[in-house]
Amino acid sequence: MKALSQKRRHPLAAIALLLMGLLLTGGLYAVATTVNQAKADTTSFSASDVEEGGKLFAANCATCHGMGASGTQDGPSLVGVGAAAVDFQVGTGRMPMQMSGPQAQQKPAQFNAEQTKQLAAYVASLGAGPAIPEEHLLDGKGDAANGGELFRVNCAMCHNAAAAGGALTRGKFAPALAGVSAEHIYEAMVTGPQNMPVFSDSNVTPEDKRDIITFLKTIEANGSPGGADLGALGPVSEGLFVWVAGLGVIIAFTIWLTSRTS
Amino acid sequence: MGNHSDGSPNHSGTVATAGQNEVEKFQDPGLPPHRLRLADTDPVAAKRAERQVAILFGTSVIGTLVFLVAYFAIDLGDDTSIATIRTQNLLLGLGTAFAMLGIGTGIVHWAKALMPDHEVSEERHAIRTEEDRQAAVRIVDDIVDETGIKRRPLIRNTLLGAVALAPLPALAIFGDLGPRPDNALAHTMWAPEGDKLKRLTRDPDGTPIKASDVTIGSAFHVIPEGLNELHEGKLNEKAKAVVLLMRLDPDSLNPSEGRENWSYNGIVAYSKICTHVGCPVALYEQQTHHLLCPCHQSTFDLTQECKVIFGPASRPLPQLPIAVDAEGYLVATSDFREPVGPSYWERDEHERLINS
Repeated sequence: MKALSQKRRHPLAAIALLLMGLLLTGGLYAVATTVNQAKADTTSFSASDVEEGGKLFAANCATCHGMGASGTQDGPSLVGVGAAAVDFQVGTGRMPMQMSGPQAQQKPAQFNAEQTKQLAAYVASLGAGPAIPEEHLLDGKGDAANGGELFRVNCAMCHNAAAAGGALTRGKFAPALAGVSAEHIYEAMVTGPQNMPVFSDSNVTPEDKRDIITFLKTIEANGSPGGADLGALGPVSEGLFVWVAGLGVIIAFTIWLTSRTS
Repeated sequence: MGNHSDGSPNHSGTVATAGQNEVEKFQDPGLPPHRLRLADTDPVAAKRAERQVAILFGTSVIGTLVFLVAYFAIDLGDDTSIATIRTQNLLLGLGTAFAMLGIGTGIVHWAKALMPDHEVSEERHAIRTEEDRQAAVRIVDDIVDETGIKRRPLIRNTLLGAVALAPLPALAIFGDLGPRPDNALAHTMWAPEGDKLKRLTRDPDGTPIKASDVTIGSAFHVIPEGLNELHEGKLNEKAKAVVLLMRLDPDSLNPSEGRENWSYNGIVAYSKICTHVGCPVALYEQQTHHLLCPCHQSTFDLTQECKVIFGPASRPLPQLPIAVDAEGYLVATSDFREPVGPSYWERDEHERLINS
């Protein structure tokens, strides 16, 4: 303790204190969010799930989606969207929507896994729709090469060939796919959230979806050993880098070549 | 330095002021005083510069070693991952860069810091003298005279004829670069073969699509039946024939006269090739029903038959007329009714031909 009190006026003490504080709050936050996202068994719903979900729905969602999820002017009807749509929208924090805008943005999830499951159970009970995918389709052990080809045909024009995301019209955008869970990727494909088209099982089979997820997880795990990928956005960021850094180096060399040594 | 502006009015390079006999003279400032470098006076600095040059050359040696180690130590087999190949590429690039950069910067630093730096001025010599000009004229005259081209018109004329004809074989060779496209741009694989209508199939595997497969909000990337079986010119055909298939609420479609039966239950098919410069327009927003071209942001409204609502494209995307065959699969009832893709010289003529 004595050593500690002696060093408390050290010039670096403030910085050390700040770092400790940041680590502590960050750590607590990380623990809290992982607790929130811990996966519950979401494939089977009990009657109490439906009942609890109905209460949560009436309290949190009915303002826009209407009582009984029949839709109002502010929000679409949710009859028949299925459990997958709820698990995606609520699980990624897009719903409940924070504010209206070009599209609902991802944010920390407002409901924990148990509540998300109950909401999904309630909405699924209103009408048949895509269910939450089975575990074996999300294991990332499919054919990455086939997944890559399907991704380039069906997904790459909006989500970018490296899945780095891209802009759409009037403020909308296709998000980057790194860090998105396999379950959410699968659910997005079957439900077509917001402006994303639906890729139903008759278009891209469940096995093909598994391959696409495998491809995405593979390129995510491979990282970028060739150096910084500059957002994988192509000519804009790479061009900017070359014009600024590349030409800067050339100019610096020119100045050095023609300068006198001291 | 030079003496070409010494002020004498008979020499070129004189700067004379109008109306005055006074000639303004440009004073030669001479060389600035020679400044000794640190390494010239201080042996410690010279030693330091010597070490720096050696370090730069040493960097080059290390760069070469990095290259060699990366080339031989990283074993590339059939099951090597892309990540390993890219790591090797990175190391090869860095090794070569430092190998070259070390030698280059080392030599420059050596020359700048240690080699003698006495300044030398070189006089500029006259650009052209009268004698040189005369000599050149004499040479040309001699050539004309000795060839006798003026006295022997037969030789002159046959030479002219030979030179004029010699490029003709090139015309034949350039002609072999390919057949003229003629009206190949106006037709695609969607045209029915006899009575057989072409089915719409999935890209890339070529399986046919049932109308019942296409749910509302879906987008299918479509190629014509038989494309995958082509042995030659597959990419050329694909580039013209790719189609995006979407299903919307039939009430939101507003077909114009003559196009009422080009869709089926709200399922529509449009060419994926942008009418601006031919990028694939496949960014479909299923709620706004907009199609966006990623290259120049041309935006097409699906509910208005892909009318351009933003961007540089000048025409709507061509629509593919579709129907359902006896087995429930989607088929194209005819080829596109206009040439797909960007404008070209004979496009209007081809469009008239298609619709006649």
